[in-house]
Amino acid sequence: MTQTQSARIFGAFTTEIPASEEYLTLHFSPNTVPRRRRWGNYGLSADFLGDYFAAFFPGDTLPDSKLNQRDTVKAAVSYIANELLENAVKYNDESAQAPVSICLHLYQNELIFQVVNYADANTAEKYQAFIQQLTQADLDTFYMQQLEKAATGTDSSCMGILTMMNDYGARFGWRFQPLAQQPEITQIEVLVALDV
Amino acid sequence: MEITTDDYTVQYDRGAATVSLGGFLRLNGMEEYQPVMNVLLEAVEHSTQFTIDLRELEFLNSSGISMLSMFIVKVRDMGTVALTLRGSDKVLWQTKSLKNLQRLMPSLTLDFS
Repeated sequence: MTQTQSARIFGAFTTEIPASEEYLTLHFSPNTVPRRRRWGNYGLSADFLGDYFAAFFPGDTLPDSKLNQRDTVKAAVSYIANELLENAVKYNDESAQAPVSICLHLYQNELIFQVVNYADANTAEKYQAFIQQLTQADLDTFYMQQLEKAATGTDSSCMGILTMMNDYGARFGWRFQPLAQQPEITQIEVLVALDV
Repeated sequence: MEITTDDYTVQYDRGAATVSLGGFLRLNGMEEYQPVMNVLLEAVEHSTQFTIDLRELEFLNSSGISMLSMFIVKVRDMGTVALTLRGSDKVLWQTKSLKNLQRLMPSLTLDFS
């Protein structure tokens, strides 16, 4: 009999995302085409999400900014969606044979990104250790520490998550759920909220 | 010392001691950024004043931000080069992230226009 391991939750995670009138989901099919050849597609998808959701916002000027609200939403969605997809794909275990997905929900003053991927146990463990470090640290200090680390060539500085949080004010929640049928694979769901 | 692809350009103007980046840079990790880094490193060798012009760079992913931080720390440790980053206040990522790069090297000049 397979026993389902319980999920681990970090940050501002909720299983009940409020209903939104506008949402869009993209699924990326699992396949064996080298990641390198598909890499450009994730950037295109992120730009598409940026363009799509920016169209819901007026071109109103924003205080202290040369960019109007529409262009700000477009660029912020494009950056965040691209970073989330890059991470989801980079740390995805293809043997799960399940699609990576990104869903973007639009609300009055907020956007919520929901990204799902599947990682092997080792990757999931390392990710959780990083999150524990991150959530216990002072964000500004940790950011500069990791930026110095990135500057010395350590590729595991996780600057993607840190720039989204520190530079864009994105709020993160995570859920790690080992699969019942394949407990060596963990489903990782990331929720990212952004004020607009 | 120039790179031109469908997505981005890297141009070196020796007279102005400036490397200009343009377009959309979202390469996969430091390994893929190495050719861009090499242009920057070769160019800075000849200068005591050096500028990276980012105004036409519409998109830079976090690996690219890491590459810039790597370059800035190298220049900081050389201790002989006055470095300027020229940015645009109409490009969101530049308004969000460049000021943090300056914290790596307080003598760095950030020139927004």
